[in-house]
Amino acid sequence: MKKIYVQEEWCLKCRLCEYICAYANSGFEDIAAALKDKPIRPRITVEESGKISYAVSCRHCDEPSCVKGCIAGAISKVDGIVKIDKNKCVGCFTCVLSCPYGAVAAGPDGAAMKCELCVENSGGSPMCVKYCPNRAIILE
Amino acid sequence: MDYVIIGNSIAAAGCIEGIRRADQNGKITVVGAEPYHVYGRPLISYLLEGKTDLERIKYRPADFYEKNCCTLVKGERALKIDAQKKRVTLSGGAVLPYDRLAIATGSRPFVPRIPNLEKYEYHTFMTLDDALKLQEKIKTVPNARVLIFGAGLIGLKCAEAIHKSVGEITVADMADRVLPSILDHDGAEIIKKHLEGYGLKFLLSTAANPDSFDFDILCVCTGVVPETELAKECGAEVGRGIFVDGKSKTTVKDIYAAGDCTESYSEVTGKRAAIPILPNAYIQGETAGINMAGGIASFDSALPMNAIGFFGKHILTAGVYEGEAVRAKSSEYRKIFVKDGKLKGFIFIDDFKRAGIYTALIRDGGDISGVDIDGLAENAGLNLFPKNFRDEVLRAKN
Repeated sequence: MKKIYVQEEWCLKCRLCEYICAYANSGFEDIAAALKDKPIRPRITVEESGKISYAVSCRHCDEPSCVKGCIAGAISKVDGIVKIDKNKCVGCFTCVLSCPYGAVAAGPDGAAMKCELCVENSGGSPMCVKYCPNRAIILE
Repeated sequence: MDYVIIGNSIAAAGCIEGIRRADQNGKITVVGAEPYHVYGRPLISYLLEGKTDLERIKYRPADFYEKNCCTLVKGERALKIDAQKKRVTLSGGAVLPYDRLAIATGSRPFVPRIPNLEKYEYHTFMTLDDALKLQEKIKTVPNARVLIFGAGLIGLKCAEAIHKSVGEITVADMADRVLPSILDHDGAEIIKKHLEGYGLKFLLSTAANPDSFDFDILCVCTGVVPETELAKECGAEVGRGIFVDGKSKTTVKDIYAAGDCTESYSEVTGKRAAIPILPNAYIQGETAGINMAGGIASFDSALPMNAIGFFGKHILTAGVYEGEAVRAKSSEYRKIFVKDGKLKGFIFIDDFKRAGIYTALIRDGGDISGVDIDGLAENAGLNLFPKNFRDEVLRAKN
């Protein structure tokens, strides 16, 4: 299964990945309607530390702490992708507490959210990879 | 290979999945006292609130046992373990032989000695049946006045679960604050005020005596104790919980244990303790299962951690509250505890972004003496970890 990887030497700190991620997962067709004057809720985070920067999103771990800790059994790993079943999630956020990469967050609907490689949203394939202007985010 | 698992909650589910990671063929028999498919116990409050239902409360899909080739014996208890002959006697009379046994008996409600309690009908709040029974009782008493003994995790979750369907709720506790197991004084004040906004009344530093209160329904939510009798009787070392090592082994050959019924040594806390939280139950169960089936797994990094919410306010905590406390200026309550150059614990209320990075920092015991602590209280990133760790996690293979 392919994973998203980040090459920090190419990251420009532009944060376009955060915006495009929030848009792809917003449910809106119009990007302005999705993002303008709203707090954005990306599932990828650009971290900056001194001169370096890099984007962090779900690693789809081999031993996922979020799956093992979920009190509702709402998180599972299927075909290499760690997914949250929003219908089962009760929003306790044990997954946020468990993820060592800080890659799970509270979603707008009260359920937890994380990168699911855009397989079920409007993107279809990882939008952060597609739109990263300097190819710092890759899928391989 | 014959595997028997006593108990059918989260540790058992972990154990089943652990066994199947290492052995696809062995026979697994699960003995569950409750007549249900495995469900998430912490979900019972959400069930009464109407935020989940009996179908969605299932911890694993409906075909879980079938897919894992497990026989589930529902509604029966294990009465005795014969560790010499390696067999388990069930309440229905059956005797199950085992090659490897897992005890995942969980815990039971702890009901302290409360004066005059024997005069009253009371409810506990741990299992699905407890929840359903309380729900039925509430239906028979319009605008019930409910008294809850215990302002801890269970008592307050119970209060939230029923508040829409009862008249009034009073919570009494000997402790001087709510949620004493996870919150410090200041954090507890925030949560208490929030709960009072929903009409809950609190009587703290108050001895439990039902004669002193007017109420219609009484709930005793004063914690849980590990269910250890079976293990004790078959000769396993038992303290507060059944003692297990990092492989989830008890001191009796071929008998493992996992979940709320156990206690174990943690490299993180440096202590031997029972930490009855769901993530530990799953991981211990999975660890037991893998080792039972001849694989290799260990878990020695348990630490106290809790994520819980009440009426939309969320609390995420981990570790111990020792050392210097530093609060984030930008949030209502985001506090970290640092001692000897290490992160020891945190309490986050509502602003809990990237909490897992802090949990990992506590677990790894990494040196943060060079880190800006005020900044760390505000937010955390992977820059806190060594570069080689980050490279390994984030970067493509070159």
